[in-house]
Amino acid sequence: MSRLTLIKENQSQVTVESLSKDLERRIVANPTGACPVDMTSSFIKMCLAQSCGKCVPCRVGLNQLARLFDDVLNNKADEKTLTLIQSTAESIYLSADCAVGYGAAEIALKCLEGCRDDFLTHIREGHCSCNSNEPVSCVNMCPAHVDIPGYIALVHEERYADAIRLIRKDNPLPSVCAYVCEHPCENHCKRNLVDAAINIRGIKKMAADHAGEVPVPKCAASTGKKVAVIGGGPGGLSAAYFLSLMGHKVTIYEQRKKLGGMLRYGIPNYRLPRTMLDSEIKQILSTGIEVQTEVSIGKDVSMDEIVKQYDACFVAIGAHIDKKLGIEGEDAKNGVISAVSMLRGIGDDIYPDFKGKEIVVVGGGNVAMDVARTSIRLGASKVSIVYRRRKADMTALREEIESAEAEGCDILELMAPVKVEVDADGNAVGLWMQPQMISNVVNGRPAPKKANKEMILLHSDVIIVAIGQGITTEYFEETGIPVKRGTFAAQDTGKITTSEGIFAGGDCVTGPATVIRAIAAGKVAAANIDEYLGFHHVITTDIDIPRATHDDKLPCGRAEVPMRDAFDRKDDFDPVEKGYSCEEACHESGRCLRCDNFGFGSFRGGRQSRW
Amino acid sequence: MVNLTIDNKPVSVEDGTTILEAARKVGINIPTLCFLKEINEIGACRICVVEVEGVERCVTACNTVVTEGMVIHTNSAKARITRKTNVKLILSQHKTNCTTCVRSGNCTLQKVANDLNITKLGYENVIEEKAWDRNSPLIRDSSKCVKCMRCVQTCDKVQGMHVWDVVNTGSYTTVGVRDNKQFCDVNCTICGQCIVNCPVGALREHDDVTKVLLAVENPDLITVVQIAPAVRATWGEDFGLTKAFATEKRMVGALRNAGFDYIFDTTFSADLTIMEEGSELLHRLPEIKESGMPMFTSCCPGWVHFMRSEYPDMLPRLSTAKSPQGMFGAVAKTYFAEKLGVEPEKIFCVSIMPCTAKKKEITWKNSGDYVDAVLTTREMNRLIKTFFVNPEEIPEDDFDSPLGTGTGAGVIFGATGGVMEAALRSAHYLVTKTNPEPDAFKDVRGLKGWKEASFDIAGTPIKVAVASGLVNTRKLVEAIRNKEVTYDFVEIMACPGGCVNGGGQPIHHDGPDVAERAGVLYGLDQKNNLRYSHENPEVQKLYQEFFGEPLSHKAHELLHIEHILE
Repeated sequence: MSRLTLIKENQSQVTVESLSKDLERRIVANPTGACPVDMTSSFIKMCLAQSCGKCVPCRVGLNQLARLFDDVLNNKADEKTLTLIQSTAESIYLSADCAVGYGAAEIALKCLEGCRDDFLTHIREGHCSCNSNEPVSCVNMCPAHVDIPGYIALVHEERYADAIRLIRKDNPLPSVCAYVCEHPCENHCKRNLVDAAINIRGIKKMAADHAGEVPVPKCAASTGKKVAVIGGGPGGLSAAYFLSLMGHKVTIYEQRKKLGGMLRYGIPNYRLPRTMLDSEIKQILSTGIEVQTEVSIGKDVSMDEIVKQYDACFVAIGAHIDKKLGIEGEDAKNGVISAVSMLRGIGDDIYPDFKGKEIVVVGGGNVAMDVARTSIRLGASKVSIVYRRRKADMTALREEIESAEAEGCDILELMAPVKVEVDADGNAVGLWMQPQMISNVVNGRPAPKKANKEMILLHSDVIIVAIGQGITTEYFEETGIPVKRGTFAAQDTGKITTSEGIFAGGDCVTGPATVIRAIAAGKVAAANIDEYLGFHHVITTDIDIPRATHDDKLPCGRAEVPMRDAFDRKDDFDPVEKGYSCEEACHESGRCLRCDNFGFGSFRGGRQSRW
Repeated sequence: MVNLTIDNKPVSVEDGTTILEAARKVGINIPTLCFLKEINEIGACRICVVEVEGVERCVTACNTVVTEGMVIHTNSAKARITRKTNVKLILSQHKTNCTTCVRSGNCTLQKVANDLNITKLGYENVIEEKAWDRNSPLIRDSSKCVKCMRCVQTCDKVQGMHVWDVVNTGSYTTVGVRDNKQFCDVNCTICGQCIVNCPVGALREHDDVTKVLLAVENPDLITVVQIAPAVRATWGEDFGLTKAFATEKRMVGALRNAGFDYIFDTTFSADLTIMEEGSELLHRLPEIKESGMPMFTSCCPGWVHFMRSEYPDMLPRLSTAKSPQGMFGAVAKTYFAEKLGVEPEKIFCVSIMPCTAKKKEITWKNSGDYVDAVLTTREMNRLIKTFFVNPEEIPEDDFDSPLGTGTGAGVIFGATGGVMEAALRSAHYLVTKTNPEPDAFKDVRGLKGWKEASFDIAGTPIKVAVASGLVNTRKLVEAIRNKEVTYDFVEIMACPGGCVNGGGQPIHHDGPDVAERAGVLYGLDQKNNLRYSHENPEVQKLYQEFFGEPLSHKAHELLHIEHILE
């Protein structure tokens, strides 16, 4: 007799494994607007299928819970049903023997708590408050609602200039976004149902790199209205561009030497080439925008004067002040700098001398990666990135972290900065770090806690602090713009309710965020300023979008944008990405499922051709 | 040109042609259900699926554009089985009580299920039953809805009233009243365009056939029926009769079977309307010229309702003349009752209309109790069928007198531009005391959604506009309000093309031939010896014996209304 046998793969199990992977991708592509009650009811049924069936709360309870959810959906429920759902789910949570049961109950409880209004609409009015009116996930997820399937189809036909024209309808910075957008559009891409999300930014980069100079559209007849835009970053530039197209006279006030905001004074050249940025800004200004650089509102010109001189004003001053660590020694005479000030200097071509130096970067966001990778390029002998949590918890984009590591940055995870070691001359010479261990999830994120280990001293020539930015609100607050938790309190329309004719948007309202969110804020503000001034100009294009075809969309790989080798790229500030070949762009753009044309898109129109 | 092969037949079509159109061009029929050209090309029902060589999944013929070299099989096993499954799935959500359904015999789902030889379903029925006010002139039966979205799209794109919408998501997705409101709260004009575009019996008019039959069979009542002009252009379609055979006289003949006491013609009261409305126009003209705001026609109840709900401030711009239906009712229960020497209550007044909104019109507070029941053309045909007549053997018969004579001008009321043309013919006479050429105003004919023309009547320039379909109407009204256009007189009909395409007319899955229907009316106008409303001898007699003259005190009392919000 054999005492033991090896596990053999069972065909059904293999199939279910593969189906689970398919389902994982499907859940990623969850459409926005689906009914939460219906969705959670399905989740509970799946959980029930996972039950071993031993314990009562899981085997019977989940089944009853699923039925109660269906009662809500089938108009057979009242408020007592909700109480029963609540108490049943709580009992399952409190008494199921394993996580299959109590985890499922938690899902039900979370849904009941977070989507109570949806349950009540079902019960009281007999229908769902959700609808499928946002059929194109990528467009819906893009804060500026760029016509993504449209320009993907244009790139597929190698109509790059038309692609740029189409993007500009909603976003006047197509090249900038082609290089640095965080592409939230890819998050719910329906192509996930087949294999993986479309590389939307890669396709846009193809258009941006090959379109050549694309002239901007003609401006509408002059309205005689004057608008001031305070801040020449992506938000300010976008608002200025659209307002100018609408026929208003726009003046941008920029406190630095050049326009671009964080695009110039925050993002290094190897990620966003200056030439690209300059030419994009030139195009925007060609609509007739006036620019006043090195003018600071509150110092050189007062808000009073702006209000007097202009019919409306858009405040988009960004988030440019550095946050402090708040630890001993941080204010050392030399050797501790902020990421913001370092990148700002580089924006004006002032490069620090890091040759042969040991650099310590504190932080785990994209800015931390930017300064770390910049330090490598400046000849640092060693670059360490110190982060309180795990690498997996970093807020920087995955590809940024991987690139930083590939270029030679060392990531020290679970290390909390405690003290800066300062020598007798007042120079910082090292960073004391307290090792951490990962602990409980707080607000949906695993938090670190102090580990029972000795502090470590990491030698440094320069410590760069990159733990976030704040907003210079004081002056504007004095002029009457309300401030809430360090940001300007503007409405979703950009309006500042307390100040007639004043709008605000971008990082100074949201806190440090993405380029595309700032662009969207500029677009929204432009539309609402136009309305405020008594107009209703329409922004549109006449680009004809290629027809969708019925080719089978067979599973295939997602083409990543090729990069220069880490060895090659780490010594210069030239762009790190190479971009697609025609062949690759054609492959990637051909993967698009054209949600503008299929599914709900063909019913309600997958395209907002004007706004 | 694009070359392709469909079912082994070579086809050459223009770029941009769909598979469906290409197939039809060479006589290959692909069944459709949700498809409605230019209105609903959304591939929802998946019945028109075909197989394209080299493509694994089936393709919808209705909204897929052909490409060079395509090889298509419309009835391969893959296409046929898929199509059949989809029809079965639709049937599993459809209450198939065909024997008691008004659309039996004219139901696209029934036909395609029969054609596919579906004899058993294999699925459990899951029927959505939702309550509906059974007294409403428009009835939606959720148990029959196939969610093709034709009603939603028609109301959105043709009428712009957005009464219907998709509600819920996932398997609970269905069609309902916009924003989950009550039907009575969304200002539906009851134009009935959703009904004529519904492929099944989910939308229909309130059935008044039985009510009318009971009146006919009541010995204490005298039943007086009026038939609207546009009914004669279409009634034969439900019987498969040719236009040449289905004459207006044969329509009267068919209706005789029902046993009505008097069969009269709404064309008569259309002429009466012209006398009142034409006189009103001339009376109001100085004010119209001064204000730059036109007078609008008021015979279309869908349009009047639209004004009430969308532009109530403009109600005074409507003519105060009642619709021909309303005028007929008033005359029948006063003048005619006097002639018969009976009390008005003895008279049961039925109107047969191409229109569902007319059912609503008789319930308006200011319409008086003159018309007792309205049947649509479809209901009239159902009424005729209850008498088991053989349509081919129906004899021709004349309308009764004295409310049965109509002029050519009255007949063309049933087509867009017709009211305008009739009014101008008589207005010219009223001003100059001479008749114009009968076709002098034919510039206002045709199916264009918004037409305009200018005429000179005795040195006075008259600028007119004609619109049909409520999307076109809204554009026109907005343009007037924004002072982009100025007209003196504007005719509006809520249904595109006018009453010949009314919401009460016979239903054809791919839509009716509206131009052919209008052609019938213009043919009758040409043939008629009387082509001017003011020359209608019975109308002249009515004025002599009863009203005195247009706009007289009595005329105001019986033939005009004050437009009010309900």
